[in-house]
Amino acid sequence: MTETLLEIDNLSVDYETARGDLKALRDISFDVNRGEIVGIVGESGCGKSTLISAILRLIAPNTRFRNGAIRFKGDDLLTRTEEQMRALRGGDISIVFQDPMQTHNPVITIGKQMVDIQHRVKISKAEKLATAARMLGVVGIPDPEARLKQYPHEFSGGMRQRIAIAMALMSEPDLLIADEPTTALDATLEVQIIERLKDLQRDFGCAILFISHHLGVIAELCDRVVVMYAGAVVESGTVREIFHNPKHPYTRRLIECDPGHIKTRARVLPTIPGEVPDLANLPEGCIFRERCDQAMARCAQVPPLTRLSEGHNAACWLNHAEEIA
Amino acid sequence: MIQFAFKRFALAALILVVAVTVMFLMIRAVPGDPVSIMLGPRATPELKARLIAEMGLDQSLPKQLFIYFSGLLRGDLGVDVFSGRDVTTIVFEQLPHTLKLIFSAILWSALLGIGLGCYAAAHPNTWIDRAAAAISVSFIAAPAFVVALLSLLVFAVYLQWFPAIGVGEGFWDTAWHLVLPSLAIGLSWVGYIARLVRASMLEVLGENHIRTARAFGLSERRIVGIYALRIAILPVVTVIGVGMGFLLSSAVFTEIVFARPGLGKLVIDSITSRNYPIVMGAVLVSTALFVISTAVADLINAILDPRARSGT
Repeated sequence: MTETLLEIDNLSVDYETARGDLKALRDISFDVNRGEIVGIVGESGCGKSTLISAILRLIAPNTRFRNGAIRFKGDDLLTRTEEQMRALRGGDISIVFQDPMQTHNPVITIGKQMVDIQHRVKISKAEKLATAARMLGVVGIPDPEARLKQYPHEFSGGMRQRIAIAMALMSEPDLLIADEPTTALDATLEVQIIERLKDLQRDFGCAILFISHHLGVIAELCDRVVVMYAGAVVESGTVREIFHNPKHPYTRRLIECDPGHIKTRARVLPTIPGEVPDLANLPEGCIFRERCDQAMARCAQVPPLTRLSEGHNAACWLNHAEEIA
Repeated sequence: MIQFAFKRFALAALILVVAVTVMFLMIRAVPGDPVSIMLGPRATPELKARLIAEMGLDQSLPKQLFIYFSGLLRGDLGVDVFSGRDVTTIVFEQLPHTLKLIFSAILWSALLGIGLGCYAAAHPNTWIDRAAAAISVSFIAAPAFVVALLSLLVFAVYLQWFPAIGVGEGFWDTAWHLVLPSLAIGLSWVGYIARLVRASMLEVLGENHIRTARAFGLSERRIVGIYALRIAILPVVTVIGVGMGFLLSSAVFTEIVFARPGLGKLVIDSITSRNYPIVMGAVLVSTALFVISTAVADLINAILDPRARSGT
């Protein structure tokens, strides 16, 4: 079960803007294996959303792929035509978006929307409706047949997100991308959705690329974690390695700043001083240098993402101590 | 839904009652004596008194209003003082001509305008979009009476492709006679609707649920034509409902230019001959048409948008 499903290889993506090219993603590399749950974590603006829109190629018109490859089952998606990409969307790769309140069409019934997305399946409409009802049942919507006739505004936020998950799983995809699916929900619902995703992943056997800025959720759900900062991967590894033995100062600070991690009553919540650098005007050297409390002379050069142990990579000169000495 | 329809039409009826009352009082408030104007300076006092009694002008104002409304409830709009015919009959003879004109104009302009708007929104900032914008704006800028006169001169008088006057008989002949008048009052609506659809379509296409539809690989045609259009069309329906008022007034010009029978021509003819019962009846029917069309527009929107149904 270690067959590579998705391979992001040195991916660089820019946005062309009036101020010049905004370097949204720089040399991103990581893999997702079949049936594995990989978490991507980072602050707002670190390129998480650009990454998933790049994978599905649902991109803004000013997006430019500068370098690298996105290989899905060994096939580079960047060389595919738009028509070939469309065949993949909602088929082998599906996605659950962040905001459940706006993710469904407000003037079309849930049933019709769930029938429409089965446009590739050659079965009768009644059978499609039956499939839709069965999927609603799977994600725990009571009385699914009746609810198929209802419109999105007649469901609560938590229910709408479960419907979105049902829709995403309906085609039995190989890869499910979940873009902060629980951010817009309150904490109790978040736990529900995470538990549900875990169960479904076991039943359907799909790989999940789970994007979040919530470390607790990542730790709970994922097998491996990719930590992103300002458009670059700074560290990646197993959940255990990343949370117990972080090798990049940014990861360490991120874990320290997680409210779930703070045990004692603090007067001031810990933060990382400074701001994310301007991606249109990148500073020299390590991207985190300005905010890093362990920065040194060598950080004027960009540190490579280096393999430290089996399945644990980090991009920091601190891990090259023997070379410094 | 039925409850919504009931409420909306009750409101329409109330608006109509208020409008009729105001209109009735306005006509009575105009200085001058309609009877002497109608009968001319050489009328005998006996004749005047008879006409005053016939028109009910000797009654008190509330009584007159009551008589008018009770007639209205029976479908009686009064009697034409000249011919002695029922105003209701006269108005409803002319109404179909105007309705055909208005609905043919709104039909072709809405279809073309929506198509043009969708196409422009689906290809924003391309040369097609810019061309559509230029065409739309020039159409909007063309007033109905100018288009009516020009098209009459070019297509009816010079090229003789279409008949210049009248309404024709039978389906094809009627349709043939409708082309130019319908073009005249529909043209600016094409531009207007196209601009409106483009703007509201662009907004809807930027919404998150459209991204979801794309992420499930739905075809772009289905996304624009069904998923987005069903939302983008809502303001257009409202605008067309309200626009019936403007269409009625541009129908007046067009009916005169093309010498077509219809409500507009009836009103103008009756005003010049001071035939108040007919003016009143024709204006009343136009008002009712306007009030009903706005109510129907709201109803269509309620059918199209489930949120509006449950919201109000």
